[in-house]
Amino acid sequence: MITADRPPVAPEPTVPSTAVAATVRVAAKRVEADGVVSLELEAPDGARLPDWTPGAHVDLVLPDGTTRQYSLCGDRWDAHRYRVGVLREPAGRGGSAYVHDRLAVGDAVGLGGPRNNFPLVPAARYLFVGGGIGITPLLPMIRQAALLGVDWELLYGGRTRASMAFVGELAEHGERVRIVPQDEHGLLDLRGFLGDPDPGTRVYACGPAPMLAALAAATAAWPAHTVRTERFVARELGTPARDTAFEVELARSGRTVTVPPGRSVLAAIAEAGVEVLSSCRQGTCGTCETGVLAGEPDHRDSILDDDERAAGDCLFPCVSRARSDRLVLDL
Amino acid sequence: MTLTAEPAHDLPTSDVDPFCPEVLEDPLPFHAALREAGPVVHLRRYDVFAFARYEQVRAALVDWQGFQSAAGVGLSNFRHEKPWRPPSLLLEADPPRHDAPRRVLQKILGPRALRKLHEAWLADADRLVDEVLDAQGPEFDAVPHLTEAFPLRVFPDAVGIPQEGREHLLPYGDHAFNAFGPANELVEKGAPRVGELSAWVAAQCAREVLAPEGFGADIWAASDRGDITPEQAPLVVRSLLTAGVDTTVHGLSAVLCAFATHPEQWRRLREEPGLARVAFDEAVRWESPVQTFFRTATRDVPIGGHVIPDGHKILMFLGAANRDPARWGPDADAFDLARDPSGHVGFGMGIHQCVGQHVARLEAEALLTALARRVETIELAGPPRRHLNNTLRAWEALPVRLRPA
Repeated sequence: MITADRPPVAPEPTVPSTAVAATVRVAAKRVEADGVVSLELEAPDGARLPDWTPGAHVDLVLPDGTTRQYSLCGDRWDAHRYRVGVLREPAGRGGSAYVHDRLAVGDAVGLGGPRNNFPLVPAARYLFVGGGIGITPLLPMIRQAALLGVDWELLYGGRTRASMAFVGELAEHGERVRIVPQDEHGLLDLRGFLGDPDPGTRVYACGPAPMLAALAAATAAWPAHTVRTERFVARELGTPARDTAFEVELARSGRTVTVPPGRSVLAAIAEAGVEVLSSCRQGTCGTCETGVLAGEPDHRDSILDDDERAAGDCLFPCVSRARSDRLVLDL
Repeated sequence: MTLTAEPAHDLPTSDVDPFCPEVLEDPLPFHAALREAGPVVHLRRYDVFAFARYEQVRAALVDWQGFQSAAGVGLSNFRHEKPWRPPSLLLEADPPRHDAPRRVLQKILGPRALRKLHEAWLADADRLVDEVLDAQGPEFDAVPHLTEAFPLRVFPDAVGIPQEGREHLLPYGDHAFNAFGPANELVEKGAPRVGELSAWVAAQCAREVLAPEGFGADIWAASDRGDITPEQAPLVVRSLLTAGVDTTVHGLSAVLCAFATHPEQWRRLREEPGLARVAFDEAVRWESPVQTFFRTATRDVPIGGHVIPDGHKILMFLGAANRDPARWGPDADAFDLARDPSGHVGFGMGIHQCVGQHVARLEAEALLTALARRVETIELAGPPRRHLNNTLRAWEALPVRLRPA
């Protein structure tokens, strides 16, 4: 999921935030196309990053307090680096502009996830359709299809050739890849590319809303569950992530703990003598699930889907934090 | 049981067979010797590289890129040998093939999905404890009457398999876990029934055999959505039936044995029943029902100052890592509810970490809570007897005496 920018809600601080337990550092920043940069991210201590699967995204909590979602488009066989592609949103003034104009190699950003709402399911054949920066989640899917020796093709559209990122690394796949800049070839010929409905084929598409609307029309006759899409969503994420301390009230034991920046909720409550069983400590296994009775969590785990997050009734204190000043936990 | 510590830079070696009856009966001295010998020890008998320290075991568990599972997580190397059954889509698979089945099962067995079972399982454990105390009196063997009985009551129902033939579950699991070891007498002992048991288990995985609601039906529903293929669905159900019973039984036996031999810890649980889950994980750390798993190096992998050559098997001693004083302190051998057992590797770690761990914890919480409510003291009524398995640390018999509260 690639989220379009929303207006900044807080002034941009000059000092990068270290407010989060899960933090990554920008290891490389490259211009990939007109208006697109890629970031390579690594753990400050060089440790493994949480595992992910193609289609996954991470939440990046930028130093200006905005949280943005970016698809992972690197190589998961390298456990120490993530790569994301960031489009400069013309209307956006917050996250993407910050990434393009201010974020530098060595800067720290907060990390949430990875989570995957767009998983690659097994199939005999894949048809990938990418529009603009929507190519990013498809890159690891393509690598995977190639690795499995499954038949696949990609239709990749963009405004101009110069605006289309990662064209160079797609070139090795030869005729499986069709690059279609709109200023040279017009709109994508989706029907021609997709052909007749085929129950053994899965269509994966990511791109702007008009492209996905055209795709929906072109695949109206395809069987259920054969077409999977992810769109650029402009979404308000509510209160911005905080880089200041917050209070956690433990309802059953009656204790209140202050969680300072840089310390996990799990660690802070353990110091107060309340033991919560945990295991992976990176928001993937689910062992430390804790009920939330009040307050707004800042979810950083890889487990909850959007609906479960919206329910706001539990969190994973090994990685997740608070957006509100106070959280009340069922402990 | 001697380990040859060779000169610096050389790999320590051992001729001990980790799967011989003496070690399986009591692996602790061998584990301590392995940890002491170094971060990597070459086991000459099987030409495998052993890790017994927490640091290397954990590192190897999470490094799926360097140490693969698809060549088998037992001694047998699927690169060269034919597996005894179609490989598991979860345990014996690597990304990318591992992704879809894992994702599906993780959701079905996730803590949120289990909430709807919580109340019923706690009530069922209450009933079981009442029934056993009524029928058996204060002294009985806890293995058949509690630690086998409870998982066999709740888990097959939760999966949705029929009543008939459930007695095959434990022998099938026992053989599957033996088969990760060498082809020794434990494997031979199970061999005559493999065909019959495998056929029964395979038959339970069919959509039309499974109840319309349950983990099995959920797996088939995932296949209907295309999240896994219809060919994968029965094998994912098979994983539940293979890995979901024996392991939990032995985990429950471990925690009951721990309490029977640590009365002060039982008093503490009775004072704070909320510690039931911590108690179970502490017992899983302390006893490590799953003792070992193998992996295979996908390239020359440097670890612990040595290099594991491409294609070679490593043997991770989860039980040894879970008692490594370097991680758990000088009292690593103690069963202690005051300890935070978080981070133990009894369920593994990383992408292959036990997908049923939340189910196991729920079963344990239910049984321990029911016992804590009704039982003042629990003690051994006779010497417990080990059940030997190449992978599992198990009890054949656990005679206990309970004093009702």
